[in-house]
Amino acid sequence: MKNSFYLAFQYIWYHKIRTLILVASITIIIFIPNGLEKLITESEVRMMDRAATTPLIVGEKGSSTDLVINSLYFQDEKLEPISMAEVNELNSLGFGYCIPILTGFNARSYPIVGTTLDYLKFRNISFSEGKKMASLGDCILGYNVAEELNLKTGDHIISSPESFFDFAGVYPLKMKITGILNPTNTPDDRAIFTDIKNTWIIMGIGHGHQDLADESDPTLVMDNEDGVVTATAKVFMYNEITDKNKDSFHFHGQQQDFPVSSMLFVPKDEKSLTILRGRFESGEIETQAVVPQQVVRNLLNSIFRIKQIFDGVFIAVGFATLLIFILIMTLTIRLRKDEINTLEIIGSSRFKVAGILSMEIAIMFIASLAFAFILYFVSGYYVNTFIEKFIL
Amino acid sequence: MLRIQNLYFKYPKSDFQLQIDDLLFNKGETHALIGPSGSGKTTLLNLIAGISTPHEGRIKYKDIEVSKLSEAERRGFRISRIGFVFQDFKLINYLNVFENIMLPYRINARLKIDLQVRSRIKLLSEYAGIDKYLSKYPKNLSQGERQRVAICRALVTQPELILADEPTGNLDPKNKKKILDLLFKYCKEEGTTLITVTHDHELLPDFDEVIDFSKLLSEDEINLRLNKTNTES
Repeated sequence: MKNSFYLAFQYIWYHKIRTLILVASITIIIFIPNGLEKLITESEVRMMDRAATTPLIVGEKGSSTDLVINSLYFQDEKLEPISMAEVNELNSLGFGYCIPILTGFNARSYPIVGTTLDYLKFRNISFSEGKKMASLGDCILGYNVAEELNLKTGDHIISSPESFFDFAGVYPLKMKITGILNPTNTPDDRAIFTDIKNTWIIMGIGHGHQDLADESDPTLVMDNEDGVVTATAKVFMYNEITDKNKDSFHFHGQQQDFPVSSMLFVPKDEKSLTILRGRFESGEIETQAVVPQQVVRNLLNSIFRIKQIFDGVFIAVGFATLLIFILIMTLTIRLRKDEINTLEIIGSSRFKVAGILSMEIAIMFIASLAFAFILYFVSGYYVNTFIEKFIL
Repeated sequence: MLRIQNLYFKYPKSDFQLQIDDLLFNKGETHALIGPSGSGKTTLLNLIAGISTPHEGRIKYKDIEVSKLSEAERRGFRISRIGFVFQDFKLINYLNVFENIMLPYRINARLKIDLQVRSRIKLLSEYAGIDKYLSKYPKNLSQGERQRVAICRALVTQPELILADEPTGNLDPKNKKKILDLLFKYCKEEGTTLITVTHDHELLPDFDEVIDFSKLLSEDEINLRLNKTNTES
């Protein structure tokens, strides 16, 4: 056995490239269906977990899938916004409380989620360092954002302009990091949380600039009529909220008209949830309410149907690979006829020769299984990426 | 010590026949088998080694009747008593020189690898002048060096009988002499019997005995086989 293994290993080692190609092919054939199965199962668990812990999502009427994906996974689905008035209205009904969410902006490719501190409490996320945001301009980083960007409490992060050429719209806002969250293995790890007011500032609804009343430069003012001052483009706009300039920040318009992408509704109890859903279904409330679990289940069902097709393809490819492998081994044995003959003449039994050849196959299969297992194990780390890239 | 009596062998689906009435190979002597192609020289080596078995007659080595042994016993007989040298060396390309020499120990459970075997390989390689190449692979060696590796592999089990099938057939004159001298020297020192198939008549004076297969066959049969060989070539 030891000698058979030794000779088989010597053969494999001598033909490294040939073996590597064969092992890689077998590894892929073993890994892909199993890895995909694992990724889909893990994705299902994680997606359902997140969906199950979110009782109701409310947003503008339209695609329920987009609404859920945006609210749970902060993906760049463009939603028609609802207003803060609708958040306040729902809060006033007394069935529970709403957590507004405003998305659509990024900082260094990570989504900025404008919300309230209730969100962290609702998701039960604790801090690995630092503390909650306390004033305008503060933000909190998800665990992965801090790790990947190598940022810590006290550092700053600047929001990205929505469009490089959008001079009039979205302004970059330099936000101070007050805390880093503990890992949760959810999309929260890859998000930047800030007060919803900061996202309104990023949108341009609110801003801060030099005090025109104190300035003597006449070129800063375009018009001043009845106390309504119209500034020229020369006026300096602040892109960071500091203790010195925070008083200059203000919003234009009524807060109840400000946009919100969606809201998470946390009911007082099951009965409140049922009554509220009834009101949505009867059309008493004009916005859309969806149960995330149902939407995610539908989404996953579609994926499982596609996976079934893939499973069939993998079985066919696996069978074809097996046939090719048998062909390769048969041809190899034919090519090695002289070598096999020599071994038998010198004194090897046919059983021994068969043992050596079987050992070669076994080594290749075990190596392929080992590589496939490693890939299978490693693939677990990429569930979130898989969910983002291939499912959402 | 090796005696062949009343031997008759025929390959299936072939008109080839080998008939030997009586042939004796003495211990420690060197024997050359000559004769036209197809006269049965290699077949005789295979019969002696137990690779093929005769239809009639007997091959007796000391008190062992080779032709009556089972396949496993013949394999055991081969590995413990016989060393093989081939014209085309039959080295294993994925094993280095050291491992090629050790091959009989790797493929037969009766032979155990120990320190003695390893030191014997080193001694043999020094003896054959290939000790510098122990970690090299056959593809990196010259023809003469390859044949010396093959001889070391044949000698490593300390065989009582060496069967060499045209061991110098693929070598240049200088290497032919070297290889044969190596075999003769070893056989003389260890008292080993050497049976060599050769077409090289220049080398015949060095052998203790020359067995001409054309004399073992009838004149008609020789002509038949010569015609067949000419047609094939």
